[in-house]
Order: sequence, then structure tokens, then C-alpha cells
Amino acid sequence: MIEISGLTKRFGPITAVSGIDLTVGRGEVLGFLGPNGAGKSTTMKMAAGFLAPDGGYARICGHDIETDTLEAQRQLGYLPEGAPAYPDMTPRQFLGFIAQVRGLSGDAARNAIAAAVHKTELDPVLEQPIDTLSKGFKRRVGVAQAILHDPPVLIMDEPTDGLDPNQKYAVRQLIKAMSPDKAIVISTHLLEEVEAVCTRAVIIDRGRIVADGTPAELLARSHHHNAVTLIVPAAQADAVAARLKSIPAVADVQQAVSNGEASVTAFPKDGALLIEDVSGMASRENWDVKELYAEAGRLDEVFRAITTHDATRARESRA
Amino acid sequence: MSSVWAIFKREFAAYFATPLAYVFIVIFLFTMGAFTFYIGRFYESNIANLSIFFSYQPWLYLFFVPAIAMRLWAEERRTGTMELLLTLPVPLWATVVGKFLAAWAFTGVALALTFPIWITVNYLGQPDNGVILASYIGSLLMAGGYLAIGACISATTNNQVIAFVVSVVVCFLFTVSGAPLVIDFFRAWAPLALIDAVASFSFLTHFLAITQGVIDLRDIIFFFSLIALFLTANIVIIDLKRVG
Repeated sequence: MIEISGLTKRFGPITAVSGIDLTVGRGEVLGFLGPNGAGKSTTMKMAAGFLAPDGGYARICGHDIETDTLEAQRQLGYLPEGAPAYPDMTPRQFLGFIAQVRGLSGDAARNAIAAAVHKTELDPVLEQPIDTLSKGFKRRVGVAQAILHDPPVLIMDEPTDGLDPNQKYAVRQLIKAMSPDKAIVISTHLLEEVEAVCTRAVIIDRGRIVADGTPAELLARSHHHNAVTLIVPAAQADAVAARLKSIPAVADVQQAVSNGEASVTAFPKDGALLIEDVSGMASRENWDVKELYAEAGRLDEVFRAITTHDATRARESRA
Repeated sequence: MSSVWAIFKREFAAYFATPLAYVFIVIFLFTMGAFTFYIGRFYESNIANLSIFFSYQPWLYLFFVPAIAMRLWAEERRTGTMELLLTLPVPLWATVVGKFLAAWAFTGVALALTFPIWITVNYLGQPDNGVILASYIGSLLMAGGYLAIGACISATTNNQVIAFVVSVVVCFLFTVSGAPLVIDFFRAWAPLALIDAVASFSFLTHFLAITQGVIDLRDIIFFFSLIALFLTANIVIIDLKRVG
């Protein structure tokens, strides 16, 4: 439903987006990740028709955003960066304006507004000028505006930025609930958001896609993938670490001591499963284990490894 | 057409959602009155017409109209609503026309509220109300011309002060292009045809012709084609800015 191919944008000498290819189908929730300035927002602005690309194309439901702009924009709900809205309007007036522009009138408009307000829980502030609303409500006004016409394609730039944990949860539930019959792209800085709502994660860095897979696939690239951690008394830590190293599938063991307790982590070779070996050994050796857990991996670690690795390489190639 | 109406309605309501409209209208009416009665010595002139009132209008519009026009696009850019507006399924021309018409209607409201002076002059004597009506139409057309220029310049920047200052200067050149200040500059070297062309762009000349009570089709066409020209430029500028 979203087809992006070779999308490129240059601002003077800087190439902000450099040949991005992306296809998002119905039922997918794609999390768009990347450091600040990586080109996330620029890509979304081009896909929504706000910026004209210097190369490549973006299609929404088969309609090219540059040549068949209006039809493409009708199929699209878009939340721009910063969730802009007219400050002197109330959410009711603002959503009324959006409904009218989108060709909804009478009962259709009233029902669409009521549904969007209900989904984003805007009822308490409907008659207050948007100017006076908290950051969280402003963001939700933006989300309500994007989903108002129940579009098949949704592109949202940081939909949960500025929301408190409860509101974040609510918006994520909303995205999940809408996802089966829509193609959704969200950008975010929050890696836990990707694990919570996305079926697919794409990391971009300096205008290029550097990783693309399900959250589980990305997690598998983490150093911590399938690593096992034990919490034992500090006095036992060295002995435990030495024994763990003797397990053939263990590549490395790290320990950290705090408050008389040591956390000993065994990292596997090639993502092998260690948990059974380690728990078996712990009971055989009668270690005084307070906690024992395996990790699926850490997304922030993958993110850092991919994006900083890239930056280092760029520095080297320039030098 | 329905999208022009949607944009128009939002934009027009926006003037009255803040003190902007009320402050503007009050100061506009006060200034109009001050110029007409004190500087123009309306009573002392002892003539039952509104030529004094209308003669000051081009000069007052020079500052008042760019003040309305400066926010049209510059503010949308600054607050980021430009991105929202341009990603809604509305053709760009409809957005440009809707916003312009809303601003024009607003100046129309301000102009219409000068009606007490029309009542006054009718109370004091027997003016030619046909001439007065023609002058009001001419005044509205001239305001439309200034607005189209201001809207176009507002689209080039996200800074309202820059939009205002540049608009005042451009509007000033259009106002006085028939006056010696401008014509003398061209007279030394330009061919007669060019001098005539420059002089024919003068708002003052066209407006004064209308306030004589003669609505010449050419004067009307002048203002409408000027509005069309600057609105087209407005569309082109916004489209160019998309390219970055």
C-alpha cells in the first residue's frame, strides 16, 4: 500500500535521504528508527507530498504522490513532525475543518469526528483552544486529525512524543487496533515502542536504510541475544564466572559487583541457547542464585552498534 | 470549490478568533476618521462628497493591508501548519485562493464599517451616491491588489516582519509608479512605451479614475489581472519551496 523506491532528497550540498526503498503492506506497522538528522522526517514529508523528491518515487495505494497528489493524499492520514494545529481553534473546530476539507459533511462528518475523539480520548478538551492544551493533548489532536477519515495508509511522525506512559500505552493500543486493515508507518526514538507495536523495524542512518527486519530479527543481532545473567553473592562471583566459561557454547563472561551482589552474564557463541546449561550447572554446583534470567536481546544495543559503527566507518573513509 | 470554501471559512474565522480583527478594525476606522476630519479638513471644505476620505485610502492601505497579508503564509510556515495544509487533499490553487478571499473579505468588512461617514455626508448635504458607491468598489479592488502582492511576498518567508516591510515597499512602488518620483527615473533612458507601461501600473491612477465616478472596464480589468498575476506567483513560489 506504500511503495517507496529510490527516494532521494538533497538540501544544497547535503544529501538528506539517499535512495530509500520501502514497501509496506496491509497489516504491517513499520517502525522507522534512526538518530536525529538521519532522514526519517524528510522521508515521511516526501511520502506525504510536502517535499518534492529529487529522485525516486512514493506511491500511496498505487497513486504517485507527485503526479496523482490529491488521490494519494485522500488515501493517507498524516501526522507531521511536531503535530502542528491551528492554535486559536478548539479541537472540535479543528477536526470540523479537517472533515470539511476531506469532503465529509453532515452525519458522516459528525460520526467521523466523534469516532476520532473517542479513540484519542479528547472529550475533556474539545472546547478549549488548542493553544492552551498540554503537549499530550496537542499530540492527540494531531493523531485524531490523521485518523479522522479512516485512511488505509497512516504515516505518523513521532505519534507518542510528549505523552505520559498511560497516554503512550493508549496510543499504542490504538495503533495496534487499527493495524489489521491498514498500512502504518511510525517514526520514533523509543525503542520499546518498536517492540510494543511494530511488526517490522527499519533503521536509517545518514539517509540510507541500514537495517530492516522484524523486531525479533533485530534483537537477534544484539550482543545480549540469549545471554544469561545470574545474580549471586559477590564472594562467589569469580568461581561462578570461571565455571560458566567452561561451558562450550559460552563465548564470554562478564561480571559486575554492586551492594555485595554480583551480576554475572554469560554471552553465547552464535546466539546459542544457554539457559538450560547454565541453570543445570547452577543447581549441580549449589550456587546461591538470587536471580537467573535470559535476555531476548537489547534493541538499543543493536541501534547503537549499527548507527555508530556506520559513523565511525564514515569518519575513517574521510580520513 | 468546496475546498476553497472550507479554507475560506477557517481563515476568515481565524481573524475573529483573536483580538487581531478587533484591534485592526478599530485602529483602521480611527485612522480613516483622523485623516478625513483633521488632516483632510472634511468640515471646512464644505463639499458634500467623500473625495477627501477616498484620497487618503491608498496611503493608509499601504500600511494596513500588508499588516493583514503578512501573516497569511509566514505564520503557517512558522507554526508548521503549512505542512498540514499542503498534505491535505486540497489543490494548491484552492488553498491560495481561499486564503486570499478570506483576507479580502476581512478588509471588505473593515471598509464597510466606515459607513457612518457615508451617513454623515448624506445628512449634511446631497452627495452623488453613485460616485460614492463606485469609489467604495474601487477602494475594495485596490485593497485586493495590495493584498495579492502582500500574500505573494508572505509566501516567500517565515518571518512576518520581513513580509511586512518588503510588502510595504513593493506596494509603495505600485502606488506611485505614475508619479514623477518613478517616472523621472525612467524618463532619462527608457523608451516611451516602457514609461507608459510603468505609469499604467499605478494604483493611484486607476483608483482616482474610479473615484471620479467613472467605472471604466480597463481599471477593473487592471486590478483583477494584477490580483490574478500575484496569486499565480504565490502558487508558483509555494510550489518552488517544496523543491527545497
